Amino acid sequence: MTAPGVTTPTPPDPSTARARGGFARKLRDNLTGHAFLIGAVVCFALFMWYPMIRGVVMSFQRTRRGETTWVGWDNYTRIVADPSFWIAWKNTFIFTILALALGYVLPFFVAILLNEFRHAKGYLRVLVYLPVMLPPASALFLFKYYAYDPSEAGLFNAILKGLHLPTSEWMQSPTMTIPAMVIASTWMNMGSAVLIYLASLQNIPGELYEAAELDGAGVWRRIWNVTIPQTRLILALLAMLQIVATMQLFIEPLILANGAGTQDSATSVAYLIYQHGFFQNDLNGAAALGVIMLLVLAAFSAVYVRLTTKQD
Amino acid sequence: MADSGSRTLISQAQLRRGRGKYLYWTLLAVVVAGFTLVFLGPLYWMVTGALKSGQEIAQTPPTLWPQNPQLQNYTDAWNNLDLAKLMFNTFYYAAGAVFFQLVFDTAAAYALSKLRPVFGNVILGLMLATLMIPAMVLIVPQYVTAIDLPIIHVNLLDSPWAIWLPLIANAFNIFLLKRFFDSIPEDLIAAAQVDGASPLRTLWSIILPMSRPILGVVAIFAVTAVWKDFLWPKLVMPSPETRTLSVGIYAFSGGTPQNVVIAASVIAAIPTVIIFLLFQRNIMSGLTTGSLKG
Repeated sequence: MTAPGVTTPTPPDPSTARARGGFARKLRDNLTGHAFLIGAVVCFALFMWYPMIRGVVMSFQRTRRGETTWVGWDNYTRIVADPSFWIAWKNTFIFTILALALGYVLPFFVAILLNEFRHAKGYLRVLVYLPVMLPPASALFLFKYYAYDPSEAGLFNAILKGLHLPTSEWMQSPTMTIPAMVIASTWMNMGSAVLIYLASLQNIPGELYEAAELDGAGVWRRIWNVTIPQTRLILALLAMLQIVATMQLFIEPLILANGAGTQDSATSVAYLIYQHGFFQNDLNGAAALGVIMLLVLAAFSAVYVRLTTKQD
Repeated sequence: MADSGSRTLISQAQLRRGRGKYLYWTLLAVVVAGFTLVFLGPLYWMVTGALKSGQEIAQTPPTLWPQNPQLQNYTDAWNNLDLAKLMFNTFYYAAGAVFFQLVFDTAAAYALSKLRPVFGNVILGLMLATLMIPAMVLIVPQYVTAIDLPIIHVNLLDSPWAIWLPLIANAFNIFLLKRFFDSIPEDLIAAAQVDGASPLRTLWSIILPMSRPILGVVAIFAVTAVWKDFLWPKLVMPSPETRTLSVGIYAFSGGTPQNVVIAASVIAAIPTVIIFLLFQRNIMSGLTTGSLKG
């Protein structure tokens, strides 16, 4: 703040200097700006924007022996008529629901628990996040060969037997395939969600808990009435991100179940895209399936945004 | 940790007294033991399992510690799967990814944050929109683009550019960097301009030195992204000579003894685990700032 009447020499403001410089100056500034942008823009154009359009275009075309023709909805009807199509959607939905039931709720409570501790915090955080840093292929081979070994030499079966519980055939049993993939996937991925929740828990003002406690609210009531409302935004955001991520289930069926799994019990939509595109020489069908997946996720997001904003 | 004294769900006073104190320490012990078992246990099983012979691993009940620890599986994995080659490839792709992401994403974020050319916001919007598109949806058209680039008609298969170029198109990085640059005071930039510094000079001498923490985060994420990625390198690096670690191990897994595959998986995981233990603070802070204040 400068006292009235005292004039201080001010350095020329670059924005007014820019405006005064006229058209040539403006053009030069813009060109410089775009020169800095060009590398990233070209890569976005090549590998994001153009493929997005190309995917839609491809889904209405058919390429045979180097010749591309328009075929209307043929790719879509062919893809939908494939019996694997519905199985893949069913498996993907079951996986998504189970993965959310476990992988969405669990990290929230783990974060609440970790946030209460005054000791060993760093150690516990490192532990939870460690599996996130493993290459998924490495972690999944561990599950495939050691944990889910269907004999009693397998880690999980040895534990179950030790507890006098019935053992399982894991990936060889069609009913256990999806739960087994959910367990592996949650173990590999929950670290990021825990850390994000932990950060948002630390932003909750302590007075809110104080006030709730003075009103006689117990621990569960405080979680319900303070913690959840205070972290609502991040809870909603992560739910959306996790749904989109789990719907793209691919590497778990590929490695754990060798693709389709026992009696098609592991086939996912993403795996079907891969199959059509790179094994059945049907890139156009795979593109159509990709468009269907995008539409399903977009419709889902729209409904979700509608539901979560309505509550306010 | 940083949150000294700030109250959480349960008041600290309650945790220091009688029953609360007893409960706190019991719970802490249970959680520390449980977490160690759940998150470290499988890794222990993996490392020691690969030290066991094929017979021992099929034994019931499984042994907690290998009877005759042998490095055979690890040396087999290293030699038969040519892990040195795979590891070199992955390092090479990761180093390039760090370099190109830092150069192009930093330049783009600087332009969007400070130079603000016309249509800058439109471009930013289009970039951020790609965060909403699931990767699997784009995999087929991206592959078709990579095998025949538009206009110049170049095939990128088996070329490291097939990994580097798509990684530059990373909206999350640009967003992270732009948010950081936005917090650098405009006055500093204006002062540099008055002194006659060009935009490039301003970026190099003023912005970048102030942005070391965020550049570190971007670099670490670039390395781990390349290390963890599977499907895209599997598609665009089809020859055995150009494969990455994960893809190479997967390709060999069919005809290789299980213990050798596990030994290879352990070796493949070592670099990312080391990076994590060295840079855990940067990784965790980058993860939370990036996603929280979005």
